[in-house]
Amino acid sequence: MRYIDEFRDGALALEIAERIRKEATRPLRLMEVCGTHTMAIARHGIKGLLPENLRLISGPGCPVCVTPQGQIDQFIELGKSADTILTTFGDMIRVPGTHSNLEAERARGADVRVVYSPLDAITIAEENPGKRVIFFGIGFETTTPAIALAILEAWKKGLPNFFVLSAHKLIPPAMTALASDPEVGIEGFICPGHVSSIIGSEAYQPIAREYGIPCVVTGFEPLDILQAIHMLVKQAMEGRAEVEVQYSRAVSQYGNLAATKCVYTAFDVVDTEWRGIGVIPVSGLALRPEFAAYDASKFLPEYVPSPGNKACECGLILKGLKSPSDCKAFGRVCTPENPLGPCMVSNEGACAAEFRYSGGRL
Amino acid sequence: MKDDIILLAHGAGGKKSADLIGGLFLKHFGNPTLNVLGDSAIIRNGAHTLAFTTDSFVVDPLFFPGGDIGKLAICGTVNDLAAAGAQPIALSAAFILEEGLEFEVLERIVDSMSRTASEVGVSIVTGDTKVVPRGSADRMFINTSGIGLLPAQEYPSPERACVGDIVILSGTIGDHGMAVMTCREGIRFSSEIMSDCAPLNDLVAKMLEASPSIHCLRDPTRGGLAATLNEIASQSGVCIEIEEEKIPANEDVRVACELLGIDPLHVANEGKMLVIVPAQDAEAVLSALREHPLGERAAIIGRVHSEPTGRVHLKTSMGSLRILDIPAGDLLPRIC
Amino acid sequence: MCLAIPMKVMEINGNTAKVEQEGVSKAARIDFLEGLQIGDYVLIHAGIAIERLDPEDAEETLRLIRMIAR
Repeated sequence: MRYIDEFRDGALALEIAERIRKEATRPLRLMEVCGTHTMAIARHGIKGLLPENLRLISGPGCPVCVTPQGQIDQFIELGKSADTILTTFGDMIRVPGTHSNLEAERARGADVRVVYSPLDAITIAEENPGKRVIFFGIGFETTTPAIALAILEAWKKGLPNFFVLSAHKLIPPAMTALASDPEVGIEGFICPGHVSSIIGSEAYQPIAREYGIPCVVTGFEPLDILQAIHMLVKQAMEGRAEVEVQYSRAVSQYGNLAATKCVYTAFDVVDTEWRGIGVIPVSGLALRPEFAAYDASKFLPEYVPSPGNKACECGLILKGLKSPSDCKAFGRVCTPENPLGPCMVSNEGACAAEFRYSGGRL
Repeated sequence: MKDDIILLAHGAGGKKSADLIGGLFLKHFGNPTLNVLGDSAIIRNGAHTLAFTTDSFVVDPLFFPGGDIGKLAICGTVNDLAAAGAQPIALSAAFILEEGLEFEVLERIVDSMSRTASEVGVSIVTGDTKVVPRGSADRMFINTSGIGLLPAQEYPSPERACVGDIVILSGTIGDHGMAVMTCREGIRFSSEIMSDCAPLNDLVAKMLEASPSIHCLRDPTRGGLAATLNEIASQSGVCIEIEEEKIPANEDVRVACELLGIDPLHVANEGKMLVIVPAQDAEAVLSALREHPLGERAAIIGRVHSEPTGRVHLKTSMGSLRILDIPAGDLLPRIC
Repeated sequence: MCLAIPMKVMEINGNTAKVEQEGVSKAARIDFLEGLQIGDYVLIHAGIAIERLDPEDAEETLRLIRMIAR
């Protein structure tokens, strides 16, 4: 058992797709929340296997996409001091702030370094005692344990020069905001697999119970996604609204408690702005006062939400109310090279995925 | 956001590189020979037809598993000549050295270049050396240029792909780019991935013996297979369709790509050829490749269609079709 | 936001493990997983092991998938 190839069997995929086709006897709107699912669906051409009446909508689960322009501007601002090294996941390098992005700033002389893990940023801080090393804290619950671990490491080592600018967000509050919006009309959630490894499948119970929306916690291989869609179709056809786990090999009911404990040792839950959507209550993480020494936001003036681009329809696309091709800017003014808003910004944004992999151009 | 400064992405072989070439260089330099944008320029001079190419090498680190900047500098230029169907007859080598570079390092690299050139059977006949102050160059930059003779009237060229042609890849993808990536700062993983850096002139000679009417040859370097296929599809005005399952790749390269969230189709190769050949010659070319040590993993990966022009389609392992787009720019590790 | 790949635990040294798949190996922090054994498969994300993969659950999932397909 090697956990990858077994779940990529093309012949089985076609057979499951056939079953879905037979059983989905009415139109259904399903939302995949997680950006990595959007990417996997696009990369493996899953939509091409599904019947026409089954609509897959991409939700706001792309942490890169939903980081407000203003916060990117803040991080760029921090990098303008000569004594600062900015460290970030590679995903953020081309994301546009209001006027610039990290790639352009690096070209202009800012010390911007891509790291694979926040623990690598700790090493950079240890190796550069004369510099301020700031890590851009992007990511949902899958990623926050790594950042929390890094903050605790810095604290244990008494590192004076390591800081985190937190833009971390939480998935269930965003799902609740979408579930409670009758205009959005989601009939099933493809729930994020690795976020659920951390938070557990129980986290989605309130959504299934209070909003009557089926939830299936899903893995990332093509067979995982197809099986999960089949499970959602079955629930919808049978009039059930339950939380089911397709990704049982990696997800338990209550998740990884040690990881969650570490996150809430370092962070508090706060209201936060999601690019393209606005403020969602108790949906973000900020460093706790005990760890203020590692909080980069203290170097900055108070954060001011920035207005988006007027032509940008991302807010409606993130809610699944419009599809990328409905947006007048899509593919014309707004492309992966020149993204106007979050949905085009990274490969897993709905618009970028559609532009790159199908985009009505197929 | 319009670019008013040069970014690393402009050199990465993807969309921004293409924009720079088209928007600036062709605009100012444009001429029929250049505009073909083949790996080599084809120059006719009376009875002779020459291939002429140049390439600069700025790889960091200078030494990587399976090769070094010197070997790369020779192979890169030899392979660009080979892509025109030409055997190399002479090379130049120009060095830009950073003040403070260790002599021993320079000697190792020059030795590597000499040995590679010997293996190919070509001489470095002219050169140049400049030294720049500390900090002005990343230890060493090398430029090599090469000329080759084209014996035939017909030669492979990026605009010659025809509907019905078969697409063949000479071996596994992603080896070079991932070998270099494992050495990168901030990417601490170890593997046995080796660069595939190798001179392909002999391999090409064997292919041309099997089929003198090969339409296109290209080595998929920066930007990977995705960039190369898109360039040919665009220059030939065709649609190329390839099958994911048929593309040869080593398991460790696959895993390294998954770990970093990188698409193997975007990763540079330095010892592989993409071959586009009339259908009736495909088997002969494939056999010729497989009989050669550098082509043992050669495989037919797709076919040329008529529409939509300039597009590359990938048939996924799930059996569905998606677009294979030109990569955006730099290869970056991702968490999403 | 969820790129995590399965890798096999080859060595354990305190709160770090050497994990490997197809010859590619990496050091990963295992602070969040208890009772890890050599030979276990874990999901690696951003340098840390976020969960242990259960082979029995994996087999069961595949069995169910094959059942749907029939």
